[in-house]
Amino acid sequence: MNIPYTSTARPDTGLYNAKLGIWLFLASEVMLFGALFSTYILLRVNAVSWPHGYEILNVPLATLNTVVLISSSVTMVMAWASLMMKKFDKYKMYMGLTILLALVFLVVKYFEYSAKFEHHLYPSTNTFLAIYFTVTALHGLHIIGGVIVNAYLWGPGSKMWKTDPQRFTNRVEVAGLYWHFVDLVWIFLFPVLYLL
Amino acid sequence: MADETSKHNSQKQAEGVGVGTHAHVHHEEHHHEVSFIRKYVFSTDHKVIGIQYGITSLLFLFFGFTLMMVMRWQLAYPGEPIPWIGLLLGADRAPDGIMLPEFYNQLGAMHGTIMVFLGVVPLAVGAFGNYVMPLQIGAIDMAFPKLNMMSYWVYFMGGVTMLVSFFLPGGAANSGWTSYAPLAVIATTGQTVWLIGMIFLITSSLLGSVNFIVTIIQLRTHGLTFMRLPFFVWAQFVTSFLLLLAFPPLEAAGILQLMDRVAGTSFFMPSGLVVSGIALPYTGGGSPLLWQHLFWFLAHPEVYVLILPAMGIVAEIIANNTRKPLWGYKSMVYAAIFLGFMSFVVWAHHMFMTGMGTTISAFFQTTTMIISIPSIIILTAFFLSLWGGSIRFTTPMLFALAFLPMFGIGGLTGLPLGLAPPDIHLHDTYYVIGHFHYVVAPGTLMALFAGIYYWYPKVTGRMMNDMLGKLHFWGSFIFLNGVFMPMFIQGLAGVSRRLYDGGEQYAHAQSVLQWNEVMSVSAWLLGLAQIPFIINFFLSAKNGKKVGDNPWDATTLDMAATTSPPLAHGNFERVPEVHRPPYEYSVPGAERDFIPQHERTA
Amino acid sequence: MDTAHADDVKKTVRTYIFVFVALMGLTVITVAISYLHLSVTAAVTVALIVATVKASLVAMYFMHLVSERKAIYWTLALTAFFFILLMFLPIFTDQNSTRLFH
Repeated sequence: MNIPYTSTARPDTGLYNAKLGIWLFLASEVMLFGALFSTYILLRVNAVSWPHGYEILNVPLATLNTVVLISSSVTMVMAWASLMMKKFDKYKMYMGLTILLALVFLVVKYFEYSAKFEHHLYPSTNTFLAIYFTVTALHGLHIIGGVIVNAYLWGPGSKMWKTDPQRFTNRVEVAGLYWHFVDLVWIFLFPVLYLL
Repeated sequence: MADETSKHNSQKQAEGVGVGTHAHVHHEEHHHEVSFIRKYVFSTDHKVIGIQYGITSLLFLFFGFTLMMVMRWQLAYPGEPIPWIGLLLGADRAPDGIMLPEFYNQLGAMHGTIMVFLGVVPLAVGAFGNYVMPLQIGAIDMAFPKLNMMSYWVYFMGGVTMLVSFFLPGGAANSGWTSYAPLAVIATTGQTVWLIGMIFLITSSLLGSVNFIVTIIQLRTHGLTFMRLPFFVWAQFVTSFLLLLAFPPLEAAGILQLMDRVAGTSFFMPSGLVVSGIALPYTGGGSPLLWQHLFWFLAHPEVYVLILPAMGIVAEIIANNTRKPLWGYKSMVYAAIFLGFMSFVVWAHHMFMTGMGTTISAFFQTTTMIISIPSIIILTAFFLSLWGGSIRFTTPMLFALAFLPMFGIGGLTGLPLGLAPPDIHLHDTYYVIGHFHYVVAPGTLMALFAGIYYWYPKVTGRMMNDMLGKLHFWGSFIFLNGVFMPMFIQGLAGVSRRLYDGGEQYAHAQSVLQWNEVMSVSAWLLGLAQIPFIINFFLSAKNGKKVGDNPWDATTLDMAATTSPPLAHGNFERVPEVHRPPYEYSVPGAERDFIPQHERTA
Repeated sequence: MDTAHADDVKKTVRTYIFVFVALMGLTVITVAISYLHLSVTAAVTVALIVATVKASLVAMYFMHLVSERKAIYWTLALTAFFFILLMFLPIFTDQNSTRLFH
């Protein structure tokens, strides 16, 4: 009793189940971040005064984080490409790099947050900081979720490469789609929060 | 990323059971004793999960109804001690058995929350969708069984969270099921727990909706094209998209309100807010209206989440019991899709009184009038389906037939509310309560009961008692109208929906006060009318008349191609192929008056 | 991309590296522009255009949207529509909504 189309694509849709599933999930994520983005616009338009992000936040650190996250997206897609070329060792390396970069991102974020707290800048200080902390924290949670999944696929989950390589490749592709989406969200958050 | 793990586990599960797709499925099962916990508690079988959803949501429905029965005492006899249970409620809820206004507010908020998010939606989507939809499309299970199990348990945790909030200091959430800011932001701790409970429930329905859509698109059996899907499957399909795309904005809003309450942010708090002469410690700069927009962006599509599965159930039962194909199947499908789409563009008609500009009001009035068209198309198709049929007045059919005028009343009374000028008068009166309860209670609930009577023999292999069923039907039908019809009268007189004393202190309410008692007595009798159902539900599982594999002579795969009950793993002895549209009843020249979808020849 | 062969993948690896370079370049550009301190309208417009280009590159190439299946395009089209609707929300919320258009 195996559920069909877990590793091969259904002929008429051309998709395997998890790929459709992750895209639907990402669609809902678009609506989640969309609502928060909309909130940002509203707060900013209605505000009597709105600070420039770069006056309060640390642009060089955030630029570093942007570079880190984009790099991790590239290593993620390279990990998948390595599996497509049947090079498992390369996959291990690229996936390991992806996880490391994600951890670097989180560490940088931690320093950013603690610097704010040291200067007594809290979510309750004003609506700019409120939306900054809320959105970046939610994005950070998404990063943590991605790290957990990627670590599983790098470690214990990678045993599947021996038993069902096609399905394992699919899993890495699906994890990748999620990871690129998290990167994509940051691509918008970075200019909106830090540069404007 | 949960579907990753689910994929993994579904495979493990499949290996654990170790069965092939062929016919000797059940022989092998005897060799693998699945533990009780895996079989009934943490099961990944969509049928068991469907039953779990069904029983849990029925319990929540009954609990939510009980809250209302207690409220109705206060409305009918304000200030008098509640008999029997009054003293059990405790001094902080009802000293000397007399209900406190704060407790009344908790009951109101939690009644709405429980009925919508823990009762009707989990029953309509979680229970019926889970159990019936995979059977109707000829699938052996859902696409992600492990995810399906998670969806149920996250829902369960959400439910427990909501229940626990009653025992907090200050009690459960008391700012209405809509939790409008800034009231909800400054409310007691119960509101924080409410928000956490909602985040559980939203996560659960998100997991469920992804699973439903993937299952319908990917696991349809050979020959089952989209235009051959039973209408029930279409209804679930559209519903899942609504849940998928409308819930996240509420999740965002929930997170923001949680931040306002816990971290002291001011997303929904305007500047310079003073309550009871005390300035609140918020920096301000937020917008209370933002909450309403984000809330109704979900909550209007939610209305169609409540009604579409009900229409799906009614469609199956009407086709089956009129013994003829549904009239206008295609237009019904297109109407359902259009309905789902439009439901995202009408939300601000809940907010005409918030001072929005006339241009925006005009826009939302127009979309609201447009959305009534697909609902009317579907309802008309149902009525025309009855025409010329040889109707079997079975218990499920009675409930399904009652759905039609009840939903009709609910829908038509909504039109004045969708236009801003009459809404100025009717806004926040009992008229509104009457309107949406007609849609959800005599409407959707009737359809859900119809579904229970219709699929019960498939699930248990035994029929429910017809006499008790009819007793349940007539009792419910009469008393539901007894509860909700007078609300229109009170509402037109201008009685506010939020009065703790039922309007006793208001001059304009005096002429309609006598209806409070009528409604309350009807509500309690409605409670009594459920007793035959409860008895029937439990006793029939043991003593009901045994049925064959196709108890209603139906054409769809769920009834026609499975045993009663369907096989524990894999549903079908051999996965059926589909050769024809869903409702081939009374085909001229055919041997019998129905041709199942999977039969090749007539 | 499930049907892609190893050779195709080798070719796409070159694309990935090109996209990576482009993303880095655009990051530098957007940060550099922010130091010019343009007027708010100009800054927002430029920043959002650059971000959209970057996001499109990620979606098109890393997420393979250049060659995806119909079901996914339909889902995303639907989502895009509702997303745009959500972006109108601030206008609906603001009572003097004309202010936004000046």
